[in-house]
Amino acid sequence: MLDLFQHDFVRNAFLAGGVVAIVSGLVGYFVVLRGQAFASEALSHVGFTGATAAALLGINSLEGMLFFTLLAALGMGLLGKRLRNRDVEVGMILTFMLGLGVLFLSIITQNATTAVNILFGSILSVTHTDVLVTIGAGLATIILLACLFRPLLFASFDPDIAEARGVPSQGLSVLFLLLLAISVSEAMKVVGVLLVFALLVVPAAAAEHLAHRPFSAILLSVSISLVSCWGGLVLAFVGHWPASFYIVSLTSIFYFVSLGLRAILFPRRYKEPSHPSREVFPEAPNPG
Amino acid sequence: MLAIFQYPFIQNAFLAGSLVAITTGILGYFLVTRGLTFAGHALSNIGFAGAAGAVLLGVLPVVGLLVSTVGAAVAISVLGREIRERDVAIGVIMTFTLGLGILFLSLYHGYAEQAYSILFGTIVGISRSDVWVTAGLSAGLMAVLALVGRPLLFSSFDPELAEARGLPVRLLGSLFLVLVAVTVSIAMQVIGVLLVFALLVGPPATAIRLVHRPAGAIGLSIILGLTYTWLGILLAANSTWPVSFYITTLAFGIYLPVRYLAKYRIDKQVQRERSFHLQVAAGSLDAEVVTNDRPSQDSGVPIKGKRHA
Repeated sequence: MLDLFQHDFVRNAFLAGGVVAIVSGLVGYFVVLRGQAFASEALSHVGFTGATAAALLGINSLEGMLFFTLLAALGMGLLGKRLRNRDVEVGMILTFMLGLGVLFLSIITQNATTAVNILFGSILSVTHTDVLVTIGAGLATIILLACLFRPLLFASFDPDIAEARGVPSQGLSVLFLLLLAISVSEAMKVVGVLLVFALLVVPAAAAEHLAHRPFSAILLSVSISLVSCWGGLVLAFVGHWPASFYIVSLTSIFYFVSLGLRAILFPRRYKEPSHPSREVFPEAPNPG
Repeated sequence: MLAIFQYPFIQNAFLAGSLVAITTGILGYFLVTRGLTFAGHALSNIGFAGAAGAVLLGVLPVVGLLVSTVGAAVAISVLGREIRERDVAIGVIMTFTLGLGILFLSLYHGYAEQAYSILFGTIVGISRSDVWVTAGLSAGLMAVLALVGRPLLFSSFDPELAEARGLPVRLLGSLFLVLVAVTVSIAMQVIGVLLVFALLVGPPATAIRLVHRPAGAIGLSIILGLTYTWLGILLAANSTWPVSFYITTLAFGIYLPVRYLAKYRIDKQVQRERSFHLQVAAGSLDAEVVTNDRPSQDSGVPIKGKRHA
């Protein structure tokens, strides 16, 4: 088992996977807190366009993804500070980008394998340069997040009060989306466009069920995504199913276990559910 | 240009595409007003796993799609009861099934090509029997919608009031997700699972910005959906670019200007219209009376000559 690590591609996969898992565990906590799960999903689809455009131009796919996702993050940030209620706009950007990606794909070749690699990840083809870029971008993300940590946490928990206290919510929101764009681009290399959600949102959501303080939740979220990512890689080398399948299954198992644990540990935290459509027009007056 | 209609596969594409555009236009309206766009996206991705599983087992893709999406719709409505949890719960189910989908495909030979055609659709590969299946499912959907349309509309706009009036709001919500699941399964053959969303959200999102009355918005949404689909197929048949690209680009290209131009109108009107419709729907106010001397709520501008028969 351990002699696997003699191979370059195995080392690269574990290194890149580890960095991505840590960064997405961290950023994911804020994604869940800010209710931007759909925005991160959309950014990952924008990354699809980026990767196909990069293939079309013959440049590195990570660069293409970074360029497109950062651009889209800026655009989404300008949509407003309450991205949570912008589902339709986010969705429209998502489909348009996907359509554009399909066009790029059809121009390059009719090669379906490229598409599948982008969509479902190709961790085993990560090169040494990719690892360096991933580590660099990962470090930058972590440092920026550390600087923004307190105001971002405040603005995420209670945007109204934060704004009243002079925290620049809109600016923070744009900055955070840019960070999210970087994390999404990196995660795409590991698990692919369609499964970014598995590393970015699922571990954080599971952690949030069990830990209620920000620090412990972040720590738990990072651990879950790291264990899932490395565990998935080990399983992929031992078994012969795709790595992204194992990673996704592990994070999903963590999520469902956390759901069960929460029900046992904190039974009284359950609140009466409200109807989804209230979220769309929160300011609607009550008639009659 | 019109010579392409001689080919049976173009005819099939037009027939199936039109049926899909009509059903997505109607269902999409409810999807957007209920704020469930992400669920629509997730259900279409979940369909991927079903289609891949069906390919592996050698059954019809539609069967796999129906099983997986309807199952997921039920799971979503059970898991995602809390508002804050909903998106995440949907996302977890979505990624998990996508992971399963990739597993199924890797077990199957001709992996990448099959994945590609499921994800992006193969409108040229639609047979006449596919058209019949689509027609049958669409008819079923319409029948169910005709039965639950009014309560569904009511509960979409004001769940509390609907519940107070004795409507089974939760059940309606689950039923609605199942309807979306069936729609996604129908639409998948035409534009692929990744882009079903374009027809499900694009036309209604545009229509809602332009027309405020539900019936009018649904009508416009159907018209827009049909236009995008027909134009998309026509353009694709005469060029080498894929149908799904044309459809998404048309949807986005129309939506963007409408969103920004109609913005000022809607922000003022939406509130008035909404509370008005709710009161009428609840039967607490008479439509005729209200149209004539309803007090305007925020801007002091009276609404002119709208008659709701």
